[in-house]
Amino acid sequence: MRALHGIDLEVRRGEALGLVGESGCGKSVTWLAALGLLGGRARVGGEVLLEGRNLAGAPVAELEHVRGRRIAMIFQDPSSSLNPVHRIGRQLGEALRLHRGLDGAAVDAESQRLLDRVGIADARRRLGDYPHELSGGMNQRVMIAMALAGQPDLLIADEPTTALDATIQAQILELLAEIRQETHMAMVLISHDLGVVAENTDRVCVMYAGRIVEDAPIDTVFEAPAHPYTRGLLAALPELEGPRRVLMPIAGVVPEPANLPPGCSFAPRCDRRIEACEFAPPPATELAPQHRVACIRA
Amino acid sequence: MLRYLAGRLLRAILTIFLVITFAFFVLHLSGDPAMMILSADAPPESIKAFRAAWGLDRPLWVQYLSYIVHALQGDLGNSMRDGRPALQLVLERVPATLAITVPAFLLKLVIGIPAGIYAALHRNSLADRLTMMVSVAGFTVPSFVLALVLVLVFSVQLGWLPSAGSDKPASAILPIVTLGVAGAAILARFTRSAMLEVLGQPYIRAASAKGLQWRTVVVHHALPNAAIPTTTIVGFMVGTLIAGAVVVESVFAWPGIGRLLVSSVSNRDLAVVQVILLLVAATMVTSNIIVDFVYGWLDPRLRRGGPRGR
Amino acid sequence: MTALLEVSNLARTYDVRRGRWPFAKPATLHAVDGVSFALPAGRTLGLVGESGCGKTTTAKLVLGLVPLSAGEVRVGGETLPAANSPGWRALRRRMQMVYQDPLGALDRRLSVGRQVMEPLEIHGLGSAAERHEKALAMLDAVGLAQHHFDRFPHELSGGQRQRIVLARALILDPQLLVCDEPISALDVSIQAQVVNLLLALQQRLGLAYLFISHDLRMVRQVSHEVAVMYLGRIVEQGDPDRLFAAPAHPYTQALVSAIPTHTRSRKRRIVLPGEPPNPVDRPAGCAFHPRCPHAVERCRIETPALRTLADGRRAACHLAEQIA
Repeated sequence: MRALHGIDLEVRRGEALGLVGESGCGKSVTWLAALGLLGGRARVGGEVLLEGRNLAGAPVAELEHVRGRRIAMIFQDPSSSLNPVHRIGRQLGEALRLHRGLDGAAVDAESQRLLDRVGIADARRRLGDYPHELSGGMNQRVMIAMALAGQPDLLIADEPTTALDATIQAQILELLAEIRQETHMAMVLISHDLGVVAENTDRVCVMYAGRIVEDAPIDTVFEAPAHPYTRGLLAALPELEGPRRVLMPIAGVVPEPANLPPGCSFAPRCDRRIEACEFAPPPATELAPQHRVACIRA
Repeated sequence: MLRYLAGRLLRAILTIFLVITFAFFVLHLSGDPAMMILSADAPPESIKAFRAAWGLDRPLWVQYLSYIVHALQGDLGNSMRDGRPALQLVLERVPATLAITVPAFLLKLVIGIPAGIYAALHRNSLADRLTMMVSVAGFTVPSFVLALVLVLVFSVQLGWLPSAGSDKPASAILPIVTLGVAGAAILARFTRSAMLEVLGQPYIRAASAKGLQWRTVVVHHALPNAAIPTTTIVGFMVGTLIAGAVVVESVFAWPGIGRLLVSSVSNRDLAVVQVILLLVAATMVTSNIIVDFVYGWLDPRLRRGGPRGR
Repeated sequence: MTALLEVSNLARTYDVRRGRWPFAKPATLHAVDGVSFALPAGRTLGLVGESGCGKTTTAKLVLGLVPLSAGEVRVGGETLPAANSPGWRALRRRMQMVYQDPLGALDRRLSVGRQVMEPLEIHGLGSAAERHEKALAMLDAVGLAQHHFDRFPHELSGGQRQRIVLARALILDPQLLVCDEPISALDVSIQAQVVNLLLALQQRLGLAYLFISHDLRMVRQVSHEVAVMYLGRIVEQGDPDRLFAAPAHPYTQALVSAIPTHTRSRKRRIVLPGEPPNPVDRPAGCAFHPRCPHAVERCRIETPALRTLADGRRAACHLAEQIA
């Protein structure tokens, strides 16, 4: 069963890329595959070039070297992403020892500094706490601190705020923006929420059923979306300000990965489909520099 | 903490008390010791004398109270067969039982846990499937069948090991192996499912994403979490150290508590049976309490409350 | 005209123990503390707030699923009787609830058609044939086909399941539907489908909704009135368009500014410090004062009441007039 059908992505140094799509579109799988985190039964094809070095099919030792140190990842449910039987200090220290070769008192000092940096009050005490003693927002900050421990060039944030309250979400996203400004770290922000991606990234890739259907700068996506799916997503979102309008849902449901239609995966739900759409999956065409769309009717 | 411990002890004592009471009434109501020990065709006067001597002609509840009163003073009665104090009789046999159950327990741990972990790490591989098949066989085959098969092979055919008795050190081998196999099989299955559950958790993937070597993730992140449910089963096995070898001891004529229990029950040697049951209940209850504390040590979520202070 | 649903001074407290044994001290958790609102027939009241604000508890109090510690619930003018009494059961036919997780709300082993019929069976209405008919009609009303009757929940998509839950809730012809995060578990494109369905059903059947959600945008889309809750109290209430465009209460301001969107400029982002406090540790005076950028001495001492401001908005804040 294929989850991804040829993803071509580029992340430039210091860039913030948004990856948007609904459940099952493959937005998380893309990065888990790139980092070799999918487990033994997954077969990963294609290339994953990190500064020219191909990670796909690379030996495990090389992947382990990249993870955390060059590319770090934070996940959706922070409280479940921390080991429940280890203290925070131990888990943070583990990352520091591994990536920065620190030891002893230096680990404690740096751990505290990192926790302070991510806005956790009373850092020294927190180091001795267990994850279940911290709230979801604080656990996410701990995860960010652990990600920063390796001083990575790229942070993959997989739905980092979906499980958190709105005001905490704002805090976390603000924290990420601050850190990025300081360290010039690149970021891939994965979300199903276009709004989250809109405010925090420069460029967006929209995914559907294992393919990228549109890749454009943020403003373009919101003001002049080219792909019918992107348009559909925007039309289905209610606004907070301005006149209330009727929501235009996208008819139908997301196809099962095992049952993809021949041709364009979105065709059955698309109001602009023609016969040609059902022959083959549309290739990505460049509508404008920086703006690629996989649609023959764009 | 102290109050918790006191509560557990109180409940433990209550459990033991209930076990003794239940055993007492079942034993007394299910057969006549006099007939058993003196044989059915003994003259009625001897039977009557026997019963009077042992207080069996009193009303049941009087016997019960008398037993409890004496027990609280440390007197757990005497064996009806040879007149010696029941407690002493039983305690004499404990070392023999432990001589096979403790090594068997260690065998279970040493084989079962690694097998389960290996199977979980190589899920659906040939090794995994084989291990699981063997383990199912291990705990479905009744222990006496296994014992007899082992005797057949190793004592009769190959003549390597003695088939019964306890005179030579080598005679302990077959009983230990028989006892160990079923336990190892169960432990392997349990450990495998505990590990699989843990390996599927988000924090394992997050640990890998940190850049840790897989070996480190398994040993430092997965195992400590998988140990928690595994402790339940191991605790249970500890609880059966005293009385878990009844069948095996009988098949191998091993002079331990199990054989004593069988013979005492068929003879209705009441005091001895009661002491053995008391011992078994005490062991189980103690191991339960220990397991509870081990849980608390292994799983910090059980120790403290939820999120405190923000 | 009496509103369909009127709640006055609803309160629900729990007695808890704080701290670790043996130092545990008894304390009181005010899950809901003095909530009042009126919901006319055929209208929607949106209830928003973050976790711990008491919106779900309020919903349960309205339906009588949780006993009141204080206050009153009146449905169509009648006080809600005690739970599980015949009077309560009869009244419950007029009020149904829809939950967040459609898979969890449905029994895995029964066909969805049977589950839609079940409320009729429970209340002993109609013959078997009539119930079947009505269930099919309900399936149609929520936009599902007849052949879905015999399907099982796991064979349906998330959106379809939520429609089944709606059908089941509507089969008794209720007047009020309490929806607790009814669309949060669904994909974005499906959310719009279900919301449109809710609006269409409201038009057709004259249903009133108590719509609870953390998704402010959706709440604005469906509500005629919105109430914002914080730590058990309503801190602001009013017309959705006005409330979201120009919130009066500092918490609402922060909540609205926390919603990421493309259109609004970034400079107006208000980031609240700290975490929402534990409901057991509710601060004295205004519960929001520790995190409020405008707090003054009075806010620490005196709990503000929900009052109507000069321009018609209602907010529970001493300084509402000064805060633009």
